[in-house]
Amino acid sequence: MDLGPHAVFIWASYAAVTVTIGGLIAWIVYDGANQRAALAELEDRGVRRRGGKPTGTSL
Amino acid sequence: MQSWTQRLANPTRFMQVSGTLLPWVAAAAAALIAYGLYLVFFVAPPDYQQGETVKIMYIHVPSAWLALMTYGLIAISSFGLLVFRHPLADVSAKAAAPIGAAFTLLALITGSLWGKPMWGTYWVWDARLTSVLILFFLYLGLMALRSSLDDEGTAAKLTAVLALVGTAILPIIKFSVEWWNTLHQPSTNFTSTVDPSMRWPLLIMAVGFTLLFIAMHLAAMRNEVLRRRVKALRLQEAASRDGLPAHASAAE
Repeated sequence: MDLGPHAVFIWASYAAVTVTIGGLIAWIVYDGANQRAALAELEDRGVRRRGGKPTGTSL
Repeated sequence: MQSWTQRLANPTRFMQVSGTLLPWVAAAAAALIAYGLYLVFFVAPPDYQQGETVKIMYIHVPSAWLALMTYGLIAISSFGLLVFRHPLADVSAKAAAPIGAAFTLLALITGSLWGKPMWGTYWVWDARLTSVLILFFLYLGLMALRSSLDDEGTAAKLTAVLALVGTAILPIIKFSVEWWNTLHQPSTNFTSTVDPSMRWPLLIMAVGFTLLFIAMHLAAMRNEVLRRRVKALRLQEAASRDGLPAHASAAE
């Protein structure tokens, strides 16, 4: 694929988007896993929401 | 009788609906962006003036669009928090801020990388570029203000006020290319001035990016709901351990 004399600017742009969006998605997935693990730990210790509903991800 | 927005305002209901929607929205975003990238790199022709550098536009324009749209969403959420005390409004505003900041940063970076070969410079202090840079700082300000305050309720209200004040930047960004003599080109009329061979890849990428934003926003909102539940349960646990009502522990 020949992107001409300005190929470096094109590739740098797409790399910036890939890294930024990829990082954002990774952070959101990591954060979600942390919150679910924290809820599971609380449930294991017997801590429940008022009303006794489970606190897991199927809330 | 509750409206659909009132029903969705219930965090438990939101978790159910968003859990069902999220995989479909994410899959649609991935499919559209993949198809869009195929069109960009293998079908769309080079521009008669920009050459292949026009390919940067297929990611710059959607990023810039989402930079503005996300701030609009934060403003609506802030209004919902301050006026209607919508339970999910602050969750929405908080979850959207880092995503909006990321797209604004991408609009600035890709714009600079396009500007160097086309204008001969990475940056000029013209009205459009400068106002988008201010929008980026506004996003950072919203996140910094929220994280600087310990009380979540106060942080939510002050951040909402700042977000609403900051909406003044949106028309300045939008109309800067008409109000001032800028290096940045005026807004493009996609229905008449862009050839269909370039218009369709751009529209597909724009819709794909928008769906990607919706998927990330839903996921980040779900994380925030879970974070607040974890916090509430920890307070509840601490209160029951100390023999105090939960609100007494929360106030300590």
